[in-house]
Amino acid sequence: MAENILEVRNLKKYFKTPRGMLHAVDDVSFTIEKGHTLGIVGESGCGKTTTGRCILRLVEPTSGEIFFEGKDIMKLNRSEMKHLRKDMQIIFQDPFSSLDPRYTINQTLSETLRINKIRSGKKAIEDRVLELMETVGLAERLINTYPHELDGGRRQRIGIARALAMEPKFIVCDEPVSALDVSIQAQILNLLEDLQEKLGLSYIFITHDLAVVNHFADEIAVMYLGQIVEKAPTAELFENPLHPYTQALLSAIPIPEVLDERPQTILSGEISSPIEPKDECRFSKRCRFSGDRCKECGPKLVEVKPGHFVACGRLGEL
Amino acid sequence: MEEKKKNEMPQDEIALELKNLRVKFVLEQETVHAVNGIDITLKKGHTLGLAGETGAGKTTTALSLLRLVPHPGKVECDKLEVAGKDVLSMSAKELQKFRGSDLAMIFQDPMTSLNPVFTVGQQIADTIMLHNPTTKEDAFKQAEKMLELVGIPAARAVEYPHQFSGGMKQRVVIAIALACNPGVLIADEPTTALDVTIQAQVLAMMKKLRDERGMSMIMITHDLGIIADVCDEVAIMYAGRIVEYGTLRDVFNHTKHPYTEGLFNSLPNIRNRDERLKPIPGLMPDPSKLPKGCAFAPRCQYATEACRNKKPQERMVSDTHMVACTAYDDPAFRINRPEKGGNNG
Repeated sequence: MAENILEVRNLKKYFKTPRGMLHAVDDVSFTIEKGHTLGIVGESGCGKTTTGRCILRLVEPTSGEIFFEGKDIMKLNRSEMKHLRKDMQIIFQDPFSSLDPRYTINQTLSETLRINKIRSGKKAIEDRVLELMETVGLAERLINTYPHELDGGRRQRIGIARALAMEPKFIVCDEPVSALDVSIQAQILNLLEDLQEKLGLSYIFITHDLAVVNHFADEIAVMYLGQIVEKAPTAELFENPLHPYTQALLSAIPIPEVLDERPQTILSGEISSPIEPKDECRFSKRCRFSGDRCKECGPKLVEVKPGHFVACGRLGEL
Repeated sequence: MEEKKKNEMPQDEIALELKNLRVKFVLEQETVHAVNGIDITLKKGHTLGLAGETGAGKTTTALSLLRLVPHPGKVECDKLEVAGKDVLSMSAKELQKFRGSDLAMIFQDPMTSLNPVFTVGQQIADTIMLHNPTTKEDAFKQAEKMLELVGIPAARAVEYPHQFSGGMKQRVVIAIALACNPGVLIADEPTTALDVTIQAQVLAMMKKLRDERGMSMIMITHDLGIIADVCDEVAIMYAGRIVEYGTLRDVFNHTKHPYTEGLFNSLPNIRNRDERLKPIPGLMPDPSKLPKGCAFAPRCQYATEACRNKKPQERMVSDTHMVACTAYDDPAFRINRPEKGGNNG
């Protein structure tokens, strides 16, 4: 078995709200092998971004264990964690709000290098900035431009360069292409793919776009209201989706082809509230197969095939 | 060289006709050419998809149809007729009557297009009262009916927008747009802000209502998947021009324009995950500094000297299929994307 770079066990994050506890992430466990990509898919509010942030402890988890290269990072103090974040980086969703508008590309990148003592000395820092810009495909002449002068694709490249500046082993990519046009989206996806190959990076790829994650991830975890409902190697998940939610999600992808018929499972109803959820299958209100059993207790993830996990109360019957 | 010719259609089959639309924004330092000569003919009961990336001029085109282009936009146009009415000569008062009853629009962001301090029932009723002489009570009853039509229980008419989820808000916006039974509906990225499963619900509902009411629709989107799902005809826009126009089959199965090909190649193929993406290199040109020749030439793998020097002519490659690409001056020119089954059109 290959080495795991990351292992997450029973991760929980609850937020206090006036109406009770909001279960943003509720008992999520997974592992990622070195050099692999785990895709986390789900709709808004399913807890995918919170999961990503908890792993870096940008949001402090309520409970759970996170092992990075075998080290339990929940036990680290502030300064040790800061040190470890050199190895674990994040690329944010919105390239328009995740960059400091008053910093040029040069300042953004060189400050990162200086503060974290990745390089020292003016010359060394400058060389590294140029090297990073080249890696992510930014022209050298843009070195003194501000974010507002650049388009979304280039801004996202700065975000990637900033993450790479730390020479990380692992990057959480939180919807890195959702804010971009398709032609630019493809450029960024190819870049992330090349970097993975060249630098041996491991990724968590958080997205709502199944077509993108299908292209990009080795394994996919589908989240619904804070829980993983299905997890499988990518090809297996697309060929043989077992959870009714995964099936609906897959059939909802608009396929850009002329088709005489589009078999679609249209879900009825809305996503229920993640605040103080009852102990039942959280998808049962929208599920066309939902029966009495689904209302009794929340289903657990069960391995149905090697590597393929599903959490559905009526699994055997369907 | 074939000259551009549009099939003449009997007047009563046309829901909307637009000829040579140009929109520019004159600013202090520069002039932004947002739309540079667009023709649209929308048949009754048909749905036209306007596809293209950010900055292609899709939304500006839609706003021009309603004569809602904001200052300092300058709109020039040879002809704009909706349901046989000349929109260009309308007074402000006539326009107010026209908007909503003949031509309605759904905006992109349902979160910001509703008024937060009025109940959704009131907002729908307001639209009804503006266009029909009716009492408040009666309009509210009709508003409740509209809500049911879009799949929201009538009892929720007394609730405020913040009490609804994103998908529900978009349904309310659709209810407002349909309240006065418009002949043509413009939907500007109606599902972009929604999750995929909710998007599927809203699209299915829109298709159903369109078919029941025999409405014509212009669907603006960057998602070719949505186009394939709901549209009969497609116009691909780039830098303020339509570069390819035809039936869904024409454009998707017999793609002619290199930009359309580039869009398809940029999409991850859901059936073949190992295929590497082929992005279009470079960026869309700055609309204040459009190149002299074809606007797509700097990013086009087939571009020749001629492309860079002269504006492409619109040419009909079949009765229904138009492409604006200079490379077709050479009769042997073909793009790499293979044609797919069936005959043309």
